[in-house]
Amino acid sequence: MRRQDAGWWLLILPAFLLMTAFYVAPILQVLAISFSEPQPGLGNYERLFTSESVQRVILTTLRICCLTTALALLLGYVLAYRIALASDSARRWWILAVLVPLWISVLVRAFAWVTLLRRQGLVNNALMESGIIAEPLQLVWNEFGIVVGMVHYMVPYAVLPLLASMREIDPRLLAAARGLGAGRFTIFRRVFLPLSLPGLIAAGVLVFIFSLGFYITPAILGGGKTLMVAEWIGLQILDLIRWGLGTMMATVLVVAILATLAIFSRVVDLRRVFGAGA
Amino acid sequence: MDHAHRPGPWTSALAWAVAVYLVLPITIIIPVSLTDQRFLSLPQEALSLRHYATVLGSAEWLHSIWQSFLIAVAATIIAVVAGTLCAIGCWRLSRRSTELIRALMLLPIIIPSIVYAIGLYRYFATLDLLDRFLGVALAHGVTGIPYVVITVSTALAAFDPRLEQAARGMGASLGQTLRWVILPRIAPGIVSGAIFAFIHSWDELVMVLFIASRNVFTLPRRIWDGINENLDPAMAAVAVLLVGFTVLLLLLDLALRRRRDA
Repeated sequence: MRRQDAGWWLLILPAFLLMTAFYVAPILQVLAISFSEPQPGLGNYERLFTSESVQRVILTTLRICCLTTALALLLGYVLAYRIALASDSARRWWILAVLVPLWISVLVRAFAWVTLLRRQGLVNNALMESGIIAEPLQLVWNEFGIVVGMVHYMVPYAVLPLLASMREIDPRLLAAARGLGAGRFTIFRRVFLPLSLPGLIAAGVLVFIFSLGFYITPAILGGGKTLMVAEWIGLQILDLIRWGLGTMMATVLVVAILATLAIFSRVVDLRRVFGAGA
Repeated sequence: MDHAHRPGPWTSALAWAVAVYLVLPITIIIPVSLTDQRFLSLPQEALSLRHYATVLGSAEWLHSIWQSFLIAVAATIIAVVAGTLCAIGCWRLSRRSTELIRALMLLPIIIPSIVYAIGLYRYFATLDLLDRFLGVALAHGVTGIPYVVITVSTALAAFDPRLEQAARGMGASLGQTLRWVILPRIAPGIVSGAIFAFIHSWDELVMVLFIASRNVFTLPRRIWDGINENLDPAMAAVAVLLVGFTVLLLLLDLALRRRRDA
């Protein structure tokens, strides 16, 4: 039996070696540098408690991530609810509206938002021409712009796990509730919402951990004024050459994400969270 | 199913609004790319293809497009070969240790690419892989493995393991079983995985920002510079071409899935 298995283990080997040599090793090196540069020890981690700029970046990131997660869940839930209850032919179109943005380059999407939201952008121009506002609104290169772009990016990631769990709800339950005299809102609140809760938690975890390490959209729509963790790390490494601080923050980021996953793996089936994208 | 539970008018209206929010900002780049002005705007007097001409007539843009394409092809090959074999091995052995390996393969989706990118920056410097085609292809290939593992595992879940046992029982070698029994059955899953791995590499920017500078200048890198330096309508033309290409790949995937389901 074991000899027979050897062949199958051999199939796993290339991916395992590639992953170890070219993925895990660089990541472990990041963790190691955070303890060894500029001096060996916990000096970099001390900055978490003493440096005001480090704390500000973390707080900004958490604030934006929580807001993004809440909004993406809200919008994603509405959309997933509509899709789950749609007829088969309509469902295909709705899903396309979710999948196409999901796979379109994040750069293209950020660019589109800049086109719309900047000072002489389409939104400001339209509002000025119609006389609603006299001065252009500051819609981008601040936190507002970041949240608009990030929510736009995250809604599809919220919809997929939500939809997977909503599709498992037996439609006969909803029909039965209606037969027993429940109104639309009661059916939703007493039957549908509780049954879709696992999907809601899974979607929340997914969106939150994706938001934490998000680089491109905040960098473009934040205009360098509102720094989130990922952009701050890039700045430390590329511009300030402070490897110790940069890798320390990277380590904190990874630990935060793995901790979030570990906590919620007790509540939801994580394999379903990551399988839902396929 | 006339008695099916349907959403109310308010929910429907809200869902429509969300769908518009998702799709409209992307479609807005189409009229912008056709503007007759020299700055980012809607067309004023006439539609014009001049910005497409600028992009398609520029050696720099064409070089980046070609380079991105080659890197994506190389990365896709790495990801598909490694990911498919790994998914098959894990599926057949199916025990605690292979569950762990499968979790390991998902790491590139879970860990933010910025963390990987700064690690690679140091790691590739010692291996002399910075700013080299091979380095970027390897980085993109390794991080593309999860997409293949997920799609192939999904395809394998629908595959009857007794077919494999029957083939082995009748004396087929492992290679023959793979070639004639398993791979043909999961081919649509492999193609899906390949498409996603390709798009992953084709769009990837964060790693490229750190491990490439002059020799390797991919399309996303050039777009990034364009957004940060000058917002001219040529960017919109590039964006439209890119969206068109992605949509084409997705339609291909959709068609393949439909053929498999039929």
